[in-house]
Formats: sequence, structure tokens, C-alpha cells
Amino acid sequence: MSRQTVEFSITAAERLNETLNAFLEIDREGALRRAEEIEKAGAGPLTGIPIAIKDNLCVKGMQASCGSKILGDYRPPYNATVIDRLVKAGAVVIGKTNCDEFAMGSSNENSAFGPVRNPWDTTRVSGGSSGGSAAAVAARIVPVALGSDTGGSVRQPASMCGVVGLKPTYGRNSRYGLVAFASSLDQVGVFAREVEDVARVLGVIAGRDPMDTTSADVPVPDYTAALTGDLKGARLGVPRALFGKGLDDDIKSSVENAINVYRDLGVEIVDVELPTADYAIAAYYIIATAEASSNLARFDGVRYGFRAEDAPELRQMYRKTREEGFGAEVKRRIMLGTYVLSAGYYDAYYRKAQQVRTLIKNDFLKAFERCDALITPTSPTPAFPIGEKADDPLAMYLGDVYTVTANLVGVPGISVPCGLSSERLPIGFQLLGPYWSEPMLLKLSHGYEQGRPFLERPPISAS
Amino acid sequence: MPISQADIEKVAQLAHLELRAEELKTFGAQIADIINYVEQLSELDTSNVEPAIGGLTPEGAQTNSPRPDEIRGSLGQQTALAEAPDAASGHFRVPKVL
Repeated sequence: MSRQTVEFSITAAERLNETLNAFLEIDREGALRRAEEIEKAGAGPLTGIPIAIKDNLCVKGMQASCGSKILGDYRPPYNATVIDRLVKAGAVVIGKTNCDEFAMGSSNENSAFGPVRNPWDTTRVSGGSSGGSAAAVAARIVPVALGSDTGGSVRQPASMCGVVGLKPTYGRNSRYGLVAFASSLDQVGVFAREVEDVARVLGVIAGRDPMDTTSADVPVPDYTAALTGDLKGARLGVPRALFGKGLDDDIKSSVENAINVYRDLGVEIVDVELPTADYAIAAYYIIATAEASSNLARFDGVRYGFRAEDAPELRQMYRKTREEGFGAEVKRRIMLGTYVLSAGYYDAYYRKAQQVRTLIKNDFLKAFERCDALITPTSPTPAFPIGEKADDPLAMYLGDVYTVTANLVGVPGISVPCGLSSERLPIGFQLLGPYWSEPMLLKLSHGYEQGRPFLERPPISAS
Repeated sequence: MPISQADIEKVAQLAHLELRAEELKTFGAQIADIINYVEQLSELDTSNVEPAIGGLTPEGAQTNSPRPDEIRGSLGQQTALAEAPDAASGHFRVPKVL
């Protein structure tokens, strides 16, 4: 049984990859071997479940390019902790998925290996940065996939591909073996078509890991037990001010409909205010680039990956390697991060952004005094055409308006499919909850899913 | 604050990036654009606000981070060097420093 399921996924991945470019590596032989071993080993919570992993998470023996030329065919000699836990639970990793280089991007166009194409319309982006994982789940290649979310990189592609995507509370999952982009914002997240699968996988990967000092020693509940279907008495906060300019009409009406569905399910709807939310993108792009400029200093052509030729002197080798190895967006962010941290600018930018982060956090904690979760759109627009924003980085950043706050504050967020636009492109709403409120977010998402199941299939689909 | 070409060149040097002339030009304009956008943070009064120290939850901040100082298995020299672009005699080899 395991072997058949896994073989189906591998064959689908191979067949659809020419169209979608969702996978950077498909491990047919290894995955089938592991499926057979697991069949013999017996039952675990995820036995025989084929799973796809974003290419910035380390899986022993498989590549970890992070979508970058600078890591090329680097093969890490160890598993990320979340991978160890998945494998122990019986899951079978079938391949590594395409992503924006070092998870920097919102469209997957920043991958050194070409953009992922959206299974709903292959002329459009998948969203990003975990676009390959989102597309692989949407196209029914795998039932579940892992990504990473630094400013929306799980939730936004989930919404653009029509699947569920969860970013847990900061510290819920171990980051050991996740290639660092912005360490105070990064968190491993889960994609699936159904909320119950997200709950199941989160229960396996979550929890304290001595190898990651920021993983919190907080008990892991049975997340599936939260999926009761009874939403009566829950309170949902609506930050109306965020439903204004720049929001696509179809998305606005879909999310308004979702709010009405919740009302019908017995959820109380309250208005909330987040006065500093408008400043989130500015604070985010200072903090994220500052941390990235530091984290990416390790890619220097010495210990792993690519090294430029014809550089007879050490510093010259560093500079040429990084110039040739990194793509444009990564270089731009390293430059921006270096600038905001450089002497004379630190207080004006980095310190200021961290102060604003405190204000945003206070706004959210205050809003959560009045409700169990907030509801917003996940992305202001559906998937846009490939190339549309390629020359305008700021325009691309502004699309992250609904998602970056969860990473700045450290709270969990989930994107749930809630319909299609007039052009038949998926739309998602986002729920944001207080620290450790994953059970409530999953319960609310599951309740919606039961009331309004998203049954549409994309034109590019394995089944 | 306007960003000069010299600023961009200095930042590239600090970041160990040997940017091409056209990159210096495009990045200069784009970074100026982004910096101009983030300047809006100055509208907020933060004079009495503590800077956040990360995304840590109260529980995360209290988690006892240090683990016992015990000897345990490591990758070993051979594995650690296996992915190096240039390894020799059990070391990472780099071009001359001086």
C-alpha cells in the first residue's frame, strides 16, 4: 500500500514537472526503497504518506540548493529535526521543491532554476517563496508538503494555489536544518488540501529541540482533537481598515462571504483596530534584510557549494563567488540589510524597526483581548502573470501586507481556500491567533471547511 | 536621505559583493526607492518604546536553552570536508590571503 501511494506521487511529480517546475529533485529510487522499508516496519502516524520538502530544508542525501546557484548540488550530511520527526512517523520524502532563492520572494520568480507555474493557470506565478510545495499539493502530486514562512512564504502561495497553509507560532517547530534567512522571523510551515492533514503533520513535527535554542519548551497538544466542528461562542475580529485600498474586488467579496459563513456557524464577529499595521511592511523589510545580510555571510565559497574561478586572492574569491552565485533579489536584500546596519544608520533603521515591531506586537495582543482570532485576506490579489512585477521589488514587497505581521509578532497564521476569482484563480482568507493558538486556528479553519468545502480542482492535476 | 553612488559602492564592499556597473546603477535606484518607503517609520513616536528582541513568545524566552555539555558524535573530518569546493590534507583550502 505504502509503495503504491508513494509510486503514484513520484510518477505524478515526474509527469507534471515539465509543466509546473515544482520539483528541483525527485528521488524515485530512494523514496520507493524507504516506502518498502516502512511497509515492513509497521504503523506510525504518517506511515507511507508521500511528502514534498522545500529545498531550503536539509534532507540527508538529497540536494538543498535553496533555489540558488551558490549552493548548486550541495547535499547536506544530516536531516533537519522536522525531517527526522517526519521520517520517524513513517512519512516518505519524495523530493525537494522549488522556491525563491533563499526563500526571498513572493512569486517564485527568484529561483535560479526558473519559476514554479501555477496549476490553475500556468502563465501565472505560484506565489512564494514556498511555491513548489504549494503547487505540488494543489496539483494532487502529494497530500502534504513542508515550506518555510518568514513573511508569508507558506500562507501566500497556499492562497494563490488553493490549498491550506499554516505558519505556526515562532518556536513551535525546530529550525535546525532550515537554511536561515531571517532567524527571528523564520518558521517551518505545513501545506495540505485538508485542515485535518495539517493538524496531523504539525503534531508530528512540533516541539522542543535541544538543537534549536529558540524552539520553545511548550507541550504539543493533539491538534486533531481540536477539530470538533463546533464553533459556537468563538469570536473573530475583523480589522476593517485593512480591507481598503489595493485589495482586489473578488478577494474582498470572497473574504466578506467567509465572514458571513462564520457568522452562520455561530461565530461572533467583532471589529478590531490595528493602528500600526500599516507600518508592518516597512519594519519587516528592514529587519528581514538586516538578518539576511548577516545569515548569508556564510556563503563564501569555502566550506560548501560554488566557488568562482580565476580569483587568486581570498577576498577577491569571496566577492566573485557571491557575485556569481547569488541572484539579483538576494544581492539586493544583502545590500539593503548591510546598509540599514551600517555605521551611522543602525539607530535610524534597525533599532527604529525593532521599536515599531514592539508597537505592532502590542496592537495585536490588545486585539486578541477581544477575539480568538483575526480574519483578513491572505494576499491582496490572486496569482499574477509571471513577469508582471519582476522589475519592481517594492511593488512585490507591498503584496505581503497581510502576512508579515504574524512573523513580526511571532503569532501563528493559516490561509484557507475560500473560492475562485472571476478568472478562476484561487482566493484564500487568513486567520491570525495569539501565541500557541494553533488548536483554535485549526478548529476555525476546519469548521469553515466543513461548512464550505473547497472542491474545485486545478486544470493541471495528477488525479 | 539621498543615496549616492559612493554609498552603494561602499555597501557592496562591506557585503563582499563585486557588483557589475549596471547592477550598481539599478540596485542604487531600487534601494533608494525602498529606503524612501521605509522612512515612513519616522512618523511613529517610539521615544519610550523598547526594541523587540525577536519573535520570541514569553514561553520561548523562558525556555532553558543550554543543553548539557556532553561529548557526542559529530560529522567527522571526511564528511565535513566532502562538500568543500577545494579540500586538501584534511583542511579547507583557500586562495592566498596576502
